[in-house]
Amino acid sequence: MVKAPIPFLVALLLTTLNPSASIAQTAQPTEAGRLKAELDALRLEFSNRIVELEARLTAVESANAAASAAPAPTPVEGPPPVLAPAVPMGGGGASSSKMFNPDIAAIGDFIGVAGKSPGGGEPSLEFHEAELTFQAVVDPYARADVFLTFGPDEVGIEEAFITFPTLPGGFLMKVGKFRDAFGKINAAHNHVLPFAERPLLTQNLLGGEEGLGDSGISLSRLFPNRFAFVEATGQVYRGESSIFKAEKRADLAYVSHLRVYRDLTESTNVDVGGSFANGHNDAGPGETTRLLGADATFRYRPLRRSIYTHFLARAEAAWSRRSELSGPSAFGAYGYLEYQFARRWTAGARFDTSERAIDPSLKDKGASLLLTYRPSEFSLVRGQYRHTRFGDGPKANEFLFQFLFSIGAHGAHPF
Amino acid sequence: MFLRPSVLSALLVSSLLGVAAPARAGIKVVTTTEDLASLAREVGGDKISVESIAKGYQDPHFVEAKPSFILKLHSADLLVVVGRDLEIGWLPPLLQQSRNEKIQMGSRGYLDASLTAKILDIPQGQITRAMGDVHPLGNPHYWLDPGNGRRIAQAVQAKLSELQPADAVYFAQRFADFDKRLAEAERGWDAAMGPYKGTKVVTYHRSWPNFVERFGLDVIGYVEPKPGIPPSPQHTINLIGEMKKVKATIILVEPYFDLKTPQSVARETGGRVVVLAPSVGGVKEAGDYIQLFTYDVNLIVTALKGLGK
Repeated sequence: MVKAPIPFLVALLLTTLNPSASIAQTAQPTEAGRLKAELDALRLEFSNRIVELEARLTAVESANAAASAAPAPTPVEGPPPVLAPAVPMGGGGASSSKMFNPDIAAIGDFIGVAGKSPGGGEPSLEFHEAELTFQAVVDPYARADVFLTFGPDEVGIEEAFITFPTLPGGFLMKVGKFRDAFGKINAAHNHVLPFAERPLLTQNLLGGEEGLGDSGISLSRLFPNRFAFVEATGQVYRGESSIFKAEKRADLAYVSHLRVYRDLTESTNVDVGGSFANGHNDAGPGETTRLLGADATFRYRPLRRSIYTHFLARAEAAWSRRSELSGPSAFGAYGYLEYQFARRWTAGARFDTSERAIDPSLKDKGASLLLTYRPSEFSLVRGQYRHTRFGDGPKANEFLFQFLFSIGAHGAHPF
Repeated sequence: MFLRPSVLSALLVSSLLGVAAPARAGIKVVTTTEDLASLAREVGGDKISVESIAKGYQDPHFVEAKPSFILKLHSADLLVVVGRDLEIGWLPPLLQQSRNEKIQMGSRGYLDASLTAKILDIPQGQITRAMGDVHPLGNPHYWLDPGNGRRIAQAVQAKLSELQPADAVYFAQRFADFDKRLAEAERGWDAAMGPYKGTKVVTYHRSWPNFVERFGLDVIGYVEPKPGIPPSPQHTINLIGEMKKVKATIILVEPYFDLKTPQSVARETGGRVVVLAPSVGGVKEAGDYIQLFTYDVNLIVTALKGLGK
């Protein structure tokens, strides 16, 4: 290896870390260029001021017009009514204190179920969940997201984490409590699922009704290349979730996820992923559960008609292996098809199969038909017919219906 | 799971290389729409490379936050956005996942083009979503006024000069040239539209306030009952009545909306549906910012002539 002097190495490192600095240094602006730039800045400033003044003028004019058009107030008995000033007075003072408030939203999820199911199943009518969300930028280095859920019996932190989006080396770090990056739908909140409930795969192998979520640290990085979007995520958790149990501090759980996405055309794309999770379970000291997952999604949405139609096909599979059990791993999968046939209407079908984690010889199977109506972006009504054949014998035919609404400023969801 | 030091250092080296690798000529600009891309191209010339996220023929309110866009943003030096919450439904998650410090909101490489533009329809007083998809910060379709195009180009020029002072003269010259060509084109559009000042029109969405103000058209109604809410039968009947009453015959529609309702309204009123390009790239003929207006003005004038006006 060639020996390089240390100052040279330092300089090299600095330029690598900050490529723009080197550009700025090598290219000094000419005097004329600088003057021109200054002049242009002045011009821009003046044109900005003119725009601002024009805007003020229109505001004053419209306020005057409103004031002259308003009828004379008729005298009323009792205390005089408080009249709102025609021109907002001191509005900035009142709102600037709120300016730094986080975006706040509330999401309501109501589910009703009809039909017979062994063991009773879900309640007939239930306000399944109210989710409160708070999202804001913390400082120039981080943002924070807090999602609280209020269920019929419990209040909990669905997710609460700080994100550092621009760490050196292209890393994105999340610290807090969040849903595991295992597969596609585990990371999704209930209200963005295309179904009224989670598939058998989640129920049997990936943490029951609500899926996997825990306190931990997540690190992910892009691997830019010409062929596809490649993102690798590694997460370390405390090891306490619906699947994992940590008896001592060292019983951490680990999750890793690799996502590869590629646009086929401007309207179609494929998205595939692989996931792996490992942690201690509740069977006894030293016993572990290993999860392996694979997912694939195909999407079609023609850009010129993007608000009227789309098609999605997705398959997700997982294998669960508990160290205390001998024999093969428990396998589960679902396939889902979705087609939007009008601006507000989407139809879907889901096929479920899943063995049970604690007894892989029992296999549950199911099929669902779905119809979703969205009056606007902020609410939906969904009907779901669900047929389930349980591994231990009984069958269930049920009809679920769901009302979902969202109020306030709720941040956009990841794709 | 714990990595050996050698693996760790290899990772570190590769990540550093990953940051350093893209040796590029000029500033890499990403814009959210093709209009901004065209204006940036006018000013930046061959000293920059420009890519747009949304296509001109798609509804800019509903762009999917595809991971391929994250890659574009990942390596960008400058991001130019329309602002006024137009991109609120898709840009924030892209920006957050871009892992690019330079273009985060508030950084040097983030330019909100609306800050120096003339913005209309800023709601006064209390607004709720019962009014539909209202934009609390004003109408985001402000690029459809050539005056705002000029202001956006100037803001881009200032920003590019700030990021790359060595080329400030070049950017200033390019802006001056664009300014001249735009002014010349504006005289042509004004001459063509002049005879039709005050013509009553209907538009599908509230995309055209800046356009109609600039060219003196009078919008008397919308196909949408409220912004972002699809047409309802009752509203359509009312609209037809209103159009007949005031003798409005032109219905301006964006290419990404369904033509069924506008066409039935046109049949009832003896009017005509005109599918305009709301953005550069909306149709092939609208290849840049100046061509966009030439195309739209021609369509409107042809339609009005066809109706014997």
